[in-house]
Amino acid sequence: MGEPLLIRAAALEKRYGSRTVFRPVSFEVPGRGTLVVTGPNGSGKTTLLRMLVGLAAPTRGTLDVALDRGRVGYVGHEPILYRELTALENLDLFGRLYRVPERRERIGMLLERFGLWDVRGERVGTYSRGMTQRLALCRALLHDPELLVLDEPHSALDEDGAALLDAELASLAEARALVVATHEPARLEPLVTQRLALEHA
Amino acid sequence: MSIAKPSLTALASVAAALVTLSAVLIFVVAPEDADQGFSQKIFYVHVPIALTAYACFGLGAWKAYRVLATRGERYDLESYTGVHVGTIFGVLTLVTGAIWAKASWGVWWTWSSNQLVLFLVLFLFYCAYFMLRFSVEPGSRRERISAVYALFGVALIPVSFFAIRLANDFIHPTVFTRDGPQMTGEMFFAFCVSWASITLLAYVMYRVELAGKRIDANLRELREALQT
Amino acid sequence: MSTYLADVAALAHKDLKLELRARDTLPAMLLFVLSTLVVFHFALPADAGEDAAYGLLWVALVFTALLGLARSWVPEREAGALDGLVLAPSDRSAIWLGKSLATLAFLFAAELVALPAFVVFFEPLDAAALAGVALASIGICTVGSLVSAMAAAARGREVLLPLLFLPLAIPLVVGGVGASISEEPGTYLAFLGLYDAVFAILSWAAFEYVVTE
Repeated sequence: MGEPLLIRAAALEKRYGSRTVFRPVSFEVPGRGTLVVTGPNGSGKTTLLRMLVGLAAPTRGTLDVALDRGRVGYVGHEPILYRELTALENLDLFGRLYRVPERRERIGMLLERFGLWDVRGERVGTYSRGMTQRLALCRALLHDPELLVLDEPHSALDEDGAALLDAELASLAEARALVVATHEPARLEPLVTQRLALEHA
Repeated sequence: MSIAKPSLTALASVAAALVTLSAVLIFVVAPEDADQGFSQKIFYVHVPIALTAYACFGLGAWKAYRVLATRGERYDLESYTGVHVGTIFGVLTLVTGAIWAKASWGVWWTWSSNQLVLFLVLFLFYCAYFMLRFSVEPGSRRERISAVYALFGVALIPVSFFAIRLANDFIHPTVFTRDGPQMTGEMFFAFCVSWASITLLAYVMYRVELAGKRIDANLRELREALQT
Repeated sequence: MSTYLADVAALAHKDLKLELRARDTLPAMLLFVLSTLVVFHFALPADAGEDAAYGLLWVALVFTALLGLARSWVPEREAGALDGLVLAPSDRSAIWLGKSLATLAFLFAAELVALPAFVVFFEPLDAAALAGVALASIGICTVGSLVSAMAAAARGREVLLPLLFLPLAIPLVVGGVGASISEEPGTYLAFLGLYDAVFAILSWAAFEYVVTE
C-alpha cells in the first residue's frame, strides 16, 4: 500500500476555554507527500500546524506523528530567531541543539543556497523581512528534517526568494513530507498530493 | 458530569447539623480555660480553620499534579476550586487569629505567632495564584502554569514555616507566648467535633463551587455550539 | 549527560552574548542597586541599629534581581525564539538551567558592585554574609527564571512577576539576613542550601510544563 503513515489525525479539535478554533478534522499524511492546508484567516491553520509540530496540544481527538522532535522542521509566522545574534550565531545555536553533524559545513551550504552568505556576520535585526524569512527557512532545514511544516512561507518573500523557496520545496517533496498552509495554493500545484480546507469554527 | 444533587444536599445538611452541634459544645458544654478565659474559645474555630486551609491547599496541589500527569481539564477546575476554598479559609484563619490576638493580648496582629505569619505569606502567594490565572488565556497552557504554581505553594508551606521560625530569632523576640491549651476531655471532644464540622463545611463548599463552575463551563460550550 | 550540559552551556553562552551586545539589563541593575542603597541611607533614621542596614541590603538585592528576571525572557519573546528552543530535541529543562545560570552571572556582577558599595556606605560584611548572598542568589535565579517564564506567558507580566516571586523570596531574605547578623550563621546557611535544593529540583522538573501546552 506504499508509505507508512507519518501523521494520523482523527477528530482533531482545539478549544481555548470556550472558544473553538476549528471543528473536528481528520487526515493522514504518508512519509512522502505534500499536504496543502487552505482556509480563510482565523480558520485555525496556524493552530493546526502548531499542533503538528507539538507547540499546541489538541483538546480532543488523537494526533500521532511518527517522528520525534528532532526530525521535524517548522517555519511559523514568527521567524524564531534572535535578532541580536548574527545569522551564523543563530544557526550555530540551533545546530548545536539539534545535534546537526558537520554543523559548519551545513550552515555554510544553506546560507549560500538562500543567498545569505554575504550577510552571515550581521545581526538579524538588520535584515529585511525577506532575508529574515529566508534565514528562518535555513533554520528549519538545518537538521535535514523528514517532515517540514510551513505556515505561509511565501508571505514575506520577494520574487527571488519565492522562486528559491519553490525550487527548494520541489526538491524536498520528492523524499520528504511537507505540510504547507498557504493563501496561494496555486504555487504548490505541482507538488500537491493532498488538500485540507479549513473553515471557520 | 454529575452534580449528584441528593448527596450534596445530604452532606450540606450534615454539615449544618455538625456546625450547630459544635457551636453548642463550644459555648455551652466545654469549660472555660483557666488561664485565658472566654477568649480561648476562638481556638476551637481558629485551629480547625487553619488545618482545613492546609488540607484544601494540599487538595489543590494533588489535583494540580493530576493536571500535569494526565490531560484532564476537569482536574484543572478541581485544583482551582481547592485553592480557592483554601484561600477563603486562609483569610478566615487570619481573621480569627486577629480576633484571638485582640481578645488575648489587646493587639490586632502579632508577628510572634508563627502560624499567623505563615498564613500571611500564604495569603500573598495564593492571591498571586489568582492574578496569574486571570492573566493567562484559558486553555491548556493556563492549566499547566496554574498547576505548577499550586505545587510550588505546598512546597512553600514547610519552607516558609522554617523560615519564620528562624526569623523569630533575630526579628521579633517572642513577647507573647501561648502554650497550647491544656485540654480536658470535654474540650478535646468539642475540638474534634468542631474540626469535623469545619472540614465537612469546606468539602461542601468545594463541591458546590465545583458544580457551579462545571455548569458554567457546560453552558458556555452549549451557547457556543448553538451559535454556529 | 554531556550533551545536556553542552546544551545548557550553549544556551547560557547565548544569553551572555546577547547581553553583551544589547547592554540593557546589566547596566540597569548596577545603577538600580546603587540608587537603592543611596535611598536607604536617607530612609534609615540616625539611631537605627546596625542590623537594620543588612535588612535593607537584602531588599535591594531582591528588587535588583527582579529587574534582571523581568528582562530575562525578553529575547525569547521577541521573534518567537522560545518556540525554537522548545521544539529542539534537547531537554526543555536545559532551557531553564541555561537561563538561570546566565541570570545568576548577571546578578553576581551586580553584587560585585553592590556589596563593596554597601560596605563603604553602611556596614562590614563577613564571610558568612557573603556565603549567604551567594546561596540566596542561586535560589533567586533558579526559582525566578521559572516564575518569570510563567509571567511571560501572561498579560500584565511586568506587574505579575513581583507578585508571583516575592512570597517565594521571603525565605531567602530570612536566610540571607540571618547569615549576616546572627551569631550562628550556620543554621541560616544550611537553610538557604535546603531552599536551593528543594526549589531548584522543583523548578527543573516543572519547567517543561510551563513552556509547553
